[in-house]
Amino acid sequence: MKQQKIKCVIWDLDHTIWQGVLLEEQEVALLPGVVDVIKELDKRGILQSISSKNDMETAKSKLEEFGLWEYFIYPQINWNSKSVSVEIIAKSINIGIDTLAFVDDQEFELEEVSFSHPEVLCIHADKISQILRMERMNPTYITENSVIRRKLYQNDIVRNQLEQEFQGTKEEFLRTLALQMKIERAKETDLQRMEELTVRTHQLNSTGYVYSYEELKELISSDQHIVLVTSLRDKYGEYGKIGLALIEKKEKMYELKLLLMSCRVMSKGVGNILLNYIINETRIAGKQLRALFVPSNKNRIMYITYKFSGFHEVDTTEDLITLEADMREERVLPDYVKLID
Amino acid sequence: MKEKIRKFLGKFFDESSVQDGDNIFEKGLVNSLFAMQLVTFIEKEFDISILNQELDIENFKSINAICSLVQSKIDG
Repeated sequence: MKQQKIKCVIWDLDHTIWQGVLLEEQEVALLPGVVDVIKELDKRGILQSISSKNDMETAKSKLEEFGLWEYFIYPQINWNSKSVSVEIIAKSINIGIDTLAFVDDQEFELEEVSFSHPEVLCIHADKISQILRMERMNPTYITENSVIRRKLYQNDIVRNQLEQEFQGTKEEFLRTLALQMKIERAKETDLQRMEELTVRTHQLNSTGYVYSYEELKELISSDQHIVLVTSLRDKYGEYGKIGLALIEKKEKMYELKLLLMSCRVMSKGVGNILLNYIINETRIAGKQLRALFVPSNKNRIMYITYKFSGFHEVDTTEDLITLEADMREERVLPDYVKLID
Repeated sequence: MKEKIRKFLGKFFDESSVQDGDNIFEKGLVNSLFAMQLVTFIEKEFDISILNQELDIENFKSINAICSLVQSKIDG
């Protein structure tokens, strides 16, 4: 089985990022080369976190002093076992445990994590200088989304916190975000991110069709196809490119071959907006809209989305369902999201 | 049954102004996550599984509609 690329590196602190033990010594010095590794991984769009048995406040202020604190999301600085911390980090970011790496100087900790999570790539602190050359630390593509990935997750953390503290309904909360959505024809500069989305998205994904860079390139210049990409922002910042749709123009109808939306924005209702937008555009073109759906064990939500948006099945085989939209009325888009050009 | 459904809906919007027969999807919030959570909630809460052909907005559009779907499933 092919090994997954690493999506997050989890660092120990004492004797790994700095020399010495923070709680025992007055001053600790950064180990040579570590900062370069952290900054380069960040540029590649690989997330980073911390699992350290330490005092949270002391460690945080030391990392702030080094200018490193902001590089880490969901840091676990406590007295838990590291296997537990690793699991918490994977859940919080919502990524598979087989996409994590863990760096520590103590054999005991490496073995403890390895024992509970054999899928985690465990790296001894001696090998830090080799990290950047490892095949799994080199993403296939570095897209504009990778460069800002940490920032995107940090924005999500802020929003999720605010949503939990918000006294009111979900709808009221969405209104406070001042969401702005952009739907546009895909350009060549979007292709890598689009390929990445087809590979990374499983839940809000209608067919799971994966297209290569070359195939997508052909599709965006084909006059038989419409390829749309969606980006989203709100008052806290960008979500990046988060959705795409691939439509084939047939004689009497448009066929929606792929509709997908990143899990990160699932609660914002933007998948439905994209779908309704496509229905409206198809109406303007004077065509009927059909959509393909390939059931998987993760994408029932997409089927429900179609059915609740007024689609009905017109053709059903074991592994492919064709649905047709109700085209009678123009769809009204909700007013808590502003569509921008 | 109605009370349980009402309590669930209250997490998403102000359900106090919604009558049992009112169309909840006309209240604005039709999104994938809400639809999915509504279906999952009903399946778990009433221990039924909803088939593809029953996944029709007509069966979920109001508190009354949901109740009659659930009732017909329970009665078999």
